[in-house]
This record gives sequence, C-alpha cells and structure tokens, in this order.
Amino acid sequence: MPVIGLEVHAQLRTDSKLFCGCSTDYHDAEPNTHTCEVCLGMPGALPVMNESALDFGLRVSLALGCEVVEEQLFYRKNYFYPDLPKNFQITQYEFPVGVDGSITIQAGDGERAVGVRRVHLEEDPGRIVHMRNRSLLDYNRSGVPLLEIVTEPDMESPEEGREFLQRLRTTLEYLGVFEPLDGAMRADANVSIEGGSRVEVKNISSHRGAERALRYEITRQRNMLKRGSEAVLETRHFDEETGVTRPMRTKEEEADYRYFPEPNLPLIRVDEGMAGAAAEGVPELPDQRRERFREEYGVTDEHAKRLTAEKELADFYEDVAEAVEPRAAASHVVDELLGELNYRELSLDEWFEGVGRETAVEWETEIVEMLRGGEITDVSATDVLRDVLDEGRSPAAVVDEKGLTMEGADEALKCVEEVIGEHRETVEDYLSGKEEALNFLVGQVVRRSRGKISPREASDLFDERLEEEK
Amino acid sequence: MSAREQAESVRWGAEDPSGLLEAALEGARADDFNCFVTVDTDASPGDDDGLLAGQPVAVKDSITTEGLETTVGSKILKGYEPVFDAYVVERLREEGATVVGKTNCDEFCMGSTTETSAFGPTRNPLDPSLVPGGSSGGSGAAVAAGHVDLALGSDTGGSVRNPAAFTSTVGLKPTYGLLSRYGLIPYADSLETVGPMTRTVEDCALLLSAIGGRDPRDSTSRGERKRYEPTGLDEPVRVGVIEELVEGSDDGVKREVRDAVSSLDDAGHDAETVEMEGLDHVVSAYYVLAMSEASSNLARYDGVRYGAGPNERGRYDEVFAKVRGDNFGDEVKRRIMLGTYALSEGYSDRYYRKALLARRLIADEFDRLFSKVDLLLSPTMPVEPFRLGEALEDPLRMYLSDVCTVPANLAGIPAISVPAEEGEAVGVQLMGPEFSEELLLDAAREVELVR
Repeated sequence: MPVIGLEVHAQLRTDSKLFCGCSTDYHDAEPNTHTCEVCLGMPGALPVMNESALDFGLRVSLALGCEVVEEQLFYRKNYFYPDLPKNFQITQYEFPVGVDGSITIQAGDGERAVGVRRVHLEEDPGRIVHMRNRSLLDYNRSGVPLLEIVTEPDMESPEEGREFLQRLRTTLEYLGVFEPLDGAMRADANVSIEGGSRVEVKNISSHRGAERALRYEITRQRNMLKRGSEAVLETRHFDEETGVTRPMRTKEEEADYRYFPEPNLPLIRVDEGMAGAAAEGVPELPDQRRERFREEYGVTDEHAKRLTAEKELADFYEDVAEAVEPRAAASHVVDELLGELNYRELSLDEWFEGVGRETAVEWETEIVEMLRGGEITDVSATDVLRDVLDEGRSPAAVVDEKGLTMEGADEALKCVEEVIGEHRETVEDYLSGKEEALNFLVGQVVRRSRGKISPREASDLFDERLEEEK
Repeated sequence: MSAREQAESVRWGAEDPSGLLEAALEGARADDFNCFVTVDTDASPGDDDGLLAGQPVAVKDSITTEGLETTVGSKILKGYEPVFDAYVVERLREEGATVVGKTNCDEFCMGSTTETSAFGPTRNPLDPSLVPGGSSGGSGAAVAAGHVDLALGSDTGGSVRNPAAFTSTVGLKPTYGLLSRYGLIPYADSLETVGPMTRTVEDCALLLSAIGGRDPRDSTSRGERKRYEPTGLDEPVRVGVIEELVEGSDDGVKREVRDAVSSLDDAGHDAETVEMEGLDHVVSAYYVLAMSEASSNLARYDGVRYGAGPNERGRYDEVFAKVRGDNFGDEVKRRIMLGTYALSEGYSDRYYRKALLARRLIADEFDRLFSKVDLLLSPTMPVEPFRLGEALEDPLRMYLSDVCTVPANLAGIPAISVPAEEGEAVGVQLMGPEFSEELLLDAAREVELVR
C-alpha cells in the first residue's frame, strides 16, 4: 500500500502582495510591472504584513478544523536562487497560522479524514523563464501570498491524492480566498511504498498532474522493488509534459536553510476580534451544503455531492432551483447539462462568460420548466439544450423555430409512424441488424418534415420507437 | 551659530538657503578628510520653512537617497541609485533641509574606524593620522571639520557614538523603534537604528525632532513625533557609573570620564558606582547576532538586479560567487562567513540561540539597574582613536573596543555620546531606559554645561 502526503501551495487572492502594496492582479501584465522596492528586495526596504492575507489564512485554518496558533512568527528561510530577490524567503516556520486539521475524502467505498498538519503563510518567489542559453526573471509574482497546506501521510492511492486536491481547492474557493488561475495551486508529494524510502516529487501543478505523477512514481518504486532494488531517499521533479519523474541534482536537496526569526515583522497575536472576523468569513462549506441540499431540496445524495463539488455550480443550481422544482432541476443540471458541457470541454464559467450568468440561469430554468410542464419531451429537451449551448439561443427560440413543442413532437412522432408504415421492409432490415437502413428511414422523415425534424431527432425517435421491436 | 539658530534666521529671511548650501558644498567638494563618498552637486537649496529650514545635512551612505548613489562603502553597490528616499531623508526634506552628500563609512557598516570602506579611509579632523571612528566616521568627520552642523549616522553596535567620541562631536543612538528604519540599508535589523550626529546637544535634539515620527512602512517603528529642547537638568538625577567599563579603559579615557563624573557630582547630582552583570558576554553576543543577521541581509547582493556584475555570464551560483567574491571586502566576507556558521544546523543552538539568551539577560540587567538609578554612565570608547591602519591589523582588539556601546543595542535602549571635554577625542556615554530621550538629552546638555 503506498503512503502519500502532500504539500500544497495555493496563492491567496488578496488585492495586494503579502508584504507590500503591489497589486496581485499580474496574470495578464507585462513582466516586472507589478513590483516595488519591497518585492524586489531592494536594500533598505522593509516588509509590512498584509492583514487580509492573515485573515484568509485564518479562514482556511478554521475551515479545515485547525487549531489556530495564537502567537505567530515569520522566519527567514535562507537559500540562494535567482527567483528570490533577497536570497531568502519570508515564511512561517515554528509558529504557523493553524495546526492539526483535516479534510474528508472519498476513499474506496467509504470516506477518510486526511490530516492537515499545518497551514502557513509565505511569500511566493518570482518566476524564471529558461531560454536556450539564458534565463529571464519576472518578479510580478514575487511576494504574492502563498498558503502552504501540509498533510499527514494519510493517502493511499493516486486517486486519493487527486481527490484531496480537489476537495481542498473547492474549500478554498468556497472561502473566497482562491482563484484557480494558471499556477495558482502547486503541490509537492511525498510518496513511499512498503519497504521503500520516502521520495519527494516536486512540481505538480494540477489535480490530473498529481494523479499522473503519483501513479508514475508508485509504479517506478514497485518496479524497483520487483527488481530487488529499493527507492532511495531523494527529491524528484515531475515533468508535466512527459508524465515522468526525474531525479533532481543532489545539491539542491542538501540545503541548510538557516532559519531565524524575521526581525522586521513583529510577533502576530491573533486576538478574539481577528479570530471572530475570520470565523465570520467562513461560509457554508461543501459538506455542509451537500447535507442541506439533500434536506432542503430533497435531492439524492449523489446529486447533492455533484452539485456541491464546485461552488460556482452549487450557486448556479440554487438559482435555478429557486424558480423550478428542485429535484427536476438537480437531475437536469447533473445528468444533462454537466454531460453536455463536459462533452464540449466547456466549463460553467466559460459558458457564463459567453452568454452571461443571469441568462444561463434563465435558460436552464426555462428548459426544466418546459420539461416539467410537459411542453417538450426528454428527447427534445436534449436537443434544445444542445442548440442553446452551441448557438447561444434561448430555449424558447429553439423550440419555436424547430417546432419542438409537444404539438410538434406529436407531428414528428406521426411522421415517424407514417415512414415506418410505408417502409416496413427497410424497418425489418434495420431490426435484423443492418444499421445503414436507419439512414434511409431518417432521410425520409427529414424530407417529409421539410427539415423541421433534424436527423439527430429523427434518429432518436426511431430508436425509441423501434426499441420495443428489437 | 548652531543649526537651530541658523534655521531660525532662515525662517526670518535673514539667511539664504542657497548661501548655506553653497558653503557646505564647497567644503564637501574640497573634503580634506575624505568625509564624503558622493557630493550632490545638483542639490537644490533647502526650504525657508520647517525645523531645519535651509540646513545642509550630510547623510551616511547606509541610508537611501532617491536618485543619489548609495553604496554603504561597498564596491558591490557602486553605481546603485535607490528608487526611494529613506523615511528619515523624507523627513529632512519636509523640514526644509537639503542633502549635501553621502558620507563615508565602513563597508556595510562593518567596522569601528571607517577604514574598511571601498572608497578609502576617512581621516580624523582632530588629527589626520588618526581614524575618525566608525562606522559612521564620514558623518562624524564632516561635522567635526565644519562642513555641516547636522549629519545622519546609523548605529548597529556603536557606529554613531564611536565616531562621535573620536571626533569630539555628539551622537545619539535612539531607542529601537523611535525612528523608522525604512531606507536604512540593513547590517543587523534587530540591533540598529538611525542616529543624529552634531556638534552640540541642542542640535542633536533638533535633528532628532525633525526625523522622528511613526512610519507605517516599518513595523518596528513605535515612535511619536516630538520636539526635544534640552536645557540641562533642573532636578538632581541619580547617575550610575559602570565602574568596570571605566576601570577597563585607557588612562586618558579614564581620567576624562572621571572628571566628567566629578563635575556632575559637583553640580548636585548623585553619581554612584554600579556593578553591571554580564558585561563579559556582550561583545560575543553582539557579534554573533550581528553577523548572523548580516549573513542573511547581504545575501541579496548577487549582481542580478542592481550594483556590480550585471555582465557576468555563467550558471547562477557561479555568477553569484564571482560577483560576491570580487566585490565584497575582507571584513564583510569574514562576517558573512561567521554569521552563516553561527546560524547553521547543529551550531545555531550553540551560537545564535545562546546569543539571544544573553541579549535577554542584558535587557533584564538594564531593567534592574534602572530601578535604582535614572541614567547609566560609561566611557563611549575604552580607547582613544586608533592610528590609521592599526585596527585593521588586529580586528579582535577592534571588536573588543565595542564593549561600552553594544549593550544599548542589545537592549534597544537609547544612548548618547557627548565629548568629555570640548575638542577632546573622549566621549562620555549616557544610557537611559526605553524612550527616555528627553532625559538623556537634558543630561547630555548638563554635561556640556558643567564640564
């Protein structure tokens, strides 16, 4: 059984950096335009604590059930690297924001609490872009607040690693402290298998990457064991492109960071006011919301779980469920909408960006309403949804134009019956397994309806109608 | 005329800021003692308003000045022009002063003689064959030579008081946190502070009044802006004379300091001998802490972003090593190496943490003493000024001569050095509890009056 622990770094979406007033909104900016003397480490500049980063850290600690550390201190972690403007990083060490929390994940058939050892704040280094024979430095990221979340070695499979990261991300999003931008969440993993040493895998930058990296690393270690050798204690680098982990130069791991307290930042005392304000900033969390969805809306646990997995989706669902029957809304959103979005590799956010969030809510509500009111069939509903997503038109417009109302549906069904009656032989061919025969039948329906009935719809109708005879 | 009187004349329109600046620039350009590393020939005259109306001020090269080269006496910062003014420099300008130039100092303030500067030693205006003390020797000498009445220094373990003693001027190390360190290029953050250096106690108080105030950019800044106007002591005070420090000093120093004590006694004050525990450990504790912090603070000078070495090529660690190897002086390298060692795994318990403990004990000892006396008195320097080159040959002797000044830095309390006798290179050091600057300045003024 593998043993896995994670160290996750998440950028906090404070307005300004951890120790200076520079804006953190640098993702589309030119290199080195979001910098000042403090985050460039110029001589004489001093760090000043960003209160809101601390508040965010406290919120996360509370949400993960951590014990908040009342007296916190920043340290200097000393090492030379060009992405560190001061050649030391200001980070919490002995006295972090929170300790001893947990996140519950799905593990096999049941659930398991993965321990969170500590949650601490630190400054992000800059970014290095390696070119063929030189390296470019961009310090826009330098000093952005990072929250490091360190787990106990409580995970046992790559899937669990992925699940943990997903849960953590959802929680951070629920707390409003995290924005899933490029590189905003990064992880290192500690992996070992029975009878082997612990290997640290660095540079994991997505959930999927985590699963791949862990899978690769576990297989590698198992293969070594099979061959009679054993994984050695080392640090390896995960290459996202090839999905492979490679050893890092030993020099990079033998660091003595010479930690000592940062003299320019006084001890932080978390008083009741700060803790209280942070507690107020902790909203209903995914697990609580899932429970409420089941109770309040009467939806199935599976639906509740899927709906609350992302905050954006849960919010969307609640807006739809406000106007229509919640169970019908849940099953349409989970079983239809998510599937169609997924098929199009479209995120909910991207859809909102395209048509506007309010419109999206309105349209989804409309489809569920028409379905519930018996105005359209399940089959037409799917058709409508596809057009709504592909063409950005309202459900009413699609229904109207295509004559997909129940009335229209009756017409279509009548038309299909007529074609079946007139081409019995072809129908028999189809039923006996000649798939091409269906094309002819569909063609007949499309022609007869003068294109009002789409080939897809006709084909669905035949499927449904002939299912019994098959 | 004191700076205070001169500023007064400027405010009345009797004196012209540009004339004052011209005179100061003339002296700074001639600079017979190598006080200045940079003279701001483009400086505009000061304002005709403010506490320091029209006053030319010399600023130690460890304090940043926007657009004016700032090197802290090091080759590694040659050509570096800060993009911001230090808080205290902002304050100078707001109070009508103008910065004439940057004064010489030991490289990264690491030295007690201003000889480790990459820009050559500063000489003592009292006797050019002697050092002016350090590390703020350029500021002390600029005041002693009469180029300016007001100068800023910085004091990590005595760097303001030591040159004040050696150049027979007044130097104050304020309470840690009274003045913002924003823009003070760090040697050892937890110990150091900016400090005024002047010819008289009155001007020292004036300069301190001008540069004070709480600065949100320095989280350790705790001071309030305040006007200090020392007049001497109206009431008798209890002065504890730290006998061990007096007794351990050179004869000339001992004599001068004892004379000053008698004068205070004669003036009705209660001078008594006190024992101070832990003095054996102050120098080692100080150097362990200072060098540890320095090893981290000086890591940023790697040639990548500013200063020396932008054209070096190679792997980053090779470039860093070359730039640092070529551009740091020996004393700086020595302190970085020792500090790195003191913080290393397996050694930090023996050195860094032990030094922190010693620091706590010294602070407690001061508390105990200040429950018995109002002020403590000692020599500022246990020796008279070294001859040029003498201290470089024997760094340990130089380190040990900091025994009187480092306790105040370890404890964060204020300390002032005032000449035992006008024109003599012996300083009397007075120390008081945290934020007792008002009393300290009055007492220093009293020494001036009764000596």
